[in-house]
Amino acid sequence: MSEYEHYEAVVVGCGPGGAAAAARLAEHGVETLVLERGVEAGSKNVSGGLIYAEDSAPYTIDGLFDGFREEAAERPVTDYRIHNIAGDKVKTYDLTDLHEHDTDWCDAVLRRKMDSWLEARVHEKTSETGGGVLTNVRVNGLLREDGEIVGVTCDELDPIEADLIVAADGVNSELAREAGLMDWEEPDEWFQGVKAVVDMDPEAVNHRFGIDDNEGVAHLFSGDLFEDVRGGGFLYTNEESLSIGTVFHLDSLVAEQAEPHELLDALLTHPVMAHWIGDGYDEREYAAKLVPDSKKVAHREPYRDRLVLVGDAAGQMQAQGPIIKGMNHAVTAGALAADAFAITRGNADPEAAGRRYAKLLEDSGTMAKLRPKQYELARTVGERETVTNVVDRVLESPLGSVALGNPLADRVLERAYNSPFLVSMLPDTRTGYTTVPTVIGEARGKSIRWKNDAEPPTLEERIGDLTYDTDVGNPHIELRDASVKASGAAVYACPVSAEAFGGGCYRTEQVKTNGDEETLVSLDTQPCVECGTCAIVADTAWEHPRGGKGVEYRQG
Amino acid sequence: MLTKGVPDFSEGAVSFDEDGHLERGKTPTVMNPNDAFALEAALQTRVRHGGHVSGMSMGPPGYAEVLEGAMESVYTDDSYLLSDRELAASDTWATAITVSSGIEKYREEVADVDLVFAGFKTADGETGQTGPQTCWALEWPIVTHVIALDIDPDERRLRAKRLVEGDVDEIETVEAPLPCMVVTDPEFEPTYRKAAHRLTHKRLRAETQERAAEHDEHLTTWDHADLNLDPDYIGLDGSPTIVSSVDPIPKAPSEREATMIDPDDGAAMEPVLEELQPFAGGD
Ligand SMILES: Cc1cc2nc3c(=O)[nH]c(=O)nc-3n(C[C@H](O)[C@H](O)[C@H](O)COP(=O)(O)OP(=O)(O)OC[C@H]3O[C@@H](n4cnc5c(N)ncnc54)[C@H](O)[C@@H]3O)c2cc1C
Ligand code: SF4
Repeated sequence: MSEYEHYEAVVVGCGPGGAAAAARLAEHGVETLVLERGVEAGSKNVSGGLIYAEDSAPYTIDGLFDGFREEAAERPVTDYRIHNIAGDKVKTYDLTDLHEHDTDWCDAVLRRKMDSWLEARVHEKTSETGGGVLTNVRVNGLLREDGEIVGVTCDELDPIEADLIVAADGVNSELAREAGLMDWEEPDEWFQGVKAVVDMDPEAVNHRFGIDDNEGVAHLFSGDLFEDVRGGGFLYTNEESLSIGTVFHLDSLVAEQAEPHELLDALLTHPVMAHWIGDGYDEREYAAKLVPDSKKVAHREPYRDRLVLVGDAAGQMQAQGPIIKGMNHAVTAGALAADAFAITRGNADPEAAGRRYAKLLEDSGTMAKLRPKQYELARTVGERETVTNVVDRVLESPLGSVALGNPLADRVLERAYNSPFLVSMLPDTRTGYTTVPTVIGEARGKSIRWKNDAEPPTLEERIGDLTYDTDVGNPHIELRDASVKASGAAVYACPVSAEAFGGGCYRTEQVKTNGDEETLVSLDTQPCVECGTCAIVADTAWEHPRGGKGVEYRQG
Repeated sequence: MLTKGVPDFSEGAVSFDEDGHLERGKTPTVMNPNDAFALEAALQTRVRHGGHVSGMSMGPPGYAEVLEGAMESVYTDDSYLLSDRELAASDTWATAITVSSGIEKYREEVADVDLVFAGFKTADGETGQTGPQTCWALEWPIVTHVIALDIDPDERRLRAKRLVEGDVDEIETVEAPLPCMVVTDPEFEPTYRKAAHRLTHKRLRAETQERAAEHDEHLTTWDHADLNLDPDYIGLDGSPTIVSSVDPIPKAPSEREATMIDPDDGAAMEPVLEELQPFAGGD
């Protein structure tokens, strides 16, 4: 017998994926230990966030956790729209059909509230089978025996062996990377999400959006307000706040040298927002995180030895056109991984559970959603820049604009936006994100002349408002190459750094070396919000901070 | 787990009368800060080895709150307060006699005891004598200045790391048989490197919340009669030490003059280095 502690299952991370896996494992009577690096589950997590319960999904969050909607969620979405913006012109389409396609229900959530609620339920369930949830523990690697993965190592605990290891550690999963299943190389495989939670009285929310207490809206924004950066904005109503944010393709952010906080501010201060935000803009929290693009990275065989990946760790984050579905798929995957283990329990082959899990992902139709066939087909066309340019030029030409702008095209376009099939094949080019919406806004939109007085906080104020427990003298990111060529992109792409701001994580410095003056990149991890961006766009040695250290989100 | 209350010396909490005397009545009582480390050691032992932890304190009825605090912070199972008028104004000697009687009564009536934990010095008395005197009365071994602790329940022995202060601080490892008294050092840090231990810790915390809310139901008070103590040997009458008065300590006058020298300033440093030369040894 080895000297290590042993649990039947160890689940790393207590977001929706880890919570679902652990709850389902406990239901199967499996002794399950959940390790979460935050001071409380949710303190590290950010989403937009709308959590969907799909009709076709084998598992939903409320199916696994009784009372979820009443106790852990905010408002249900009862009104869903997209605003096509060109300058101050806005053309709005109703997207309810797309939103309701395959949707049983959909609620807005704030992650601190949601995940901490889940944590308590998971602890109850897993305690019954001899395990439980431990917070403030960061898993820092995989325990191996003769090269085979047999457990985890942690900053705070001695190594632990397990028969099943569920990596539900989210985007930038250190475990997935260490197992060689995912890499952090290509910016075009990721989105960057940035969000502000804006304080608002529940009556004001009701009044400004024309809704009741148990109703909520989801608004999406695209067009030229983000210049040429591919992506869009969102606004969701919570019980007593709004979640307003942006999601952009990371490669596009880098290519356009855009400042994420400025793009968010462009949305917050656009005239279209004036009526909803009102005067007295009061930001509760600024947050950011990377989002994987399942179309490109959802792993078809997300396992190795006794390790299985679920949720963002496996790239299972579906951007279905403007609709973002990550949490629901993490829930499904977590529960399926648990089922796979229960079915294969006692099998001597360490990969039996993993193989079964991959099969369940296929059989349940989950993999087909994450990696839609029509995208694979359209992609080859969509990514050919020349085609895009031609299409763009036609659309931007008077002829194209007129075509898009006539009333018939208008109806066709609204229908097209509402088609899950068409939306899932939208190529990742400017056409879908910027050109079409801008042309629509230009040709069909009404000018909005409301004055938006919102004054979002500066980056410095936003950092100042965040809660940190800094691990002094033990930075979790190290710059490996400080040249501008290798790491300069982080200066603008980091959501808490900016070209003209010296108080962020990344900055450039003039350094004199033997008479020569050179521009170098420097890093201070203190204001880091652990979004993962610089793990991809800069040359860094990137880890998460130790358990309980680093940023602590109160909203998420 | 022995603990006591002390006046809350934190800023703003202490109350003095116009003569500068501490107004005990008006100053809130809190747990002796050094006891927190003993509490942590008791908790660590319980988390690792299981068992039952009782809090015990000698003092006025108000110290029940201190015991309640111990229950909240380190999840003691129950509390014992040694309290009555006759016990008031005990010095360390009389306190030790009383506390050791309390422990003896506990062993006879409640359960046998393997370990007694106590903090290092109190914030108000600063004598550091009560622990050793109590042990002497119990005829138990005592290990003081403990910064880390390991217990072998099968062998009924403990192994402790002690911080021995001196010109150079040293860490000494000692072993002792159980039962034993452990006096923790403020440097004591509990460690929980096993998931199972952390889960136990979490379970104890959850279980304790309800218990601490009804602390009175878990509190037993013993007076001198319960403890079978002769009033002549306890309280003020039984205290051979009398503190005649407590004087504010004047700042020691400095007879030498100090000159500030910037260590980066070579010229200014020269005389200093010259002075030091004879002590450098070697050549
Ligand atoms: C701005 C933005 C908007 C989004 N909008 C939506 C939306 O509207 N709808 C939607 O469904 N999805 C949305 N998403 C995506 C969604 O948030 C994720 O897909 C989802 O959270 C993935 O769940 P998960 O359980 O896989 O990982 P996470 O929720 O990220 O949970 C991972 C957990 O693991 C913990 N952890 C990480 N590393 C370690 C370690 N080494 N040791 C211990 N614990 C660790 C973390 O602290 C965290 O609690 C959005 C994301 C962003 C950033
Ligand atoms: S330093 Fe890196 S991980 Fe931290 S906030 Fe900036 S880009 Fe994100």
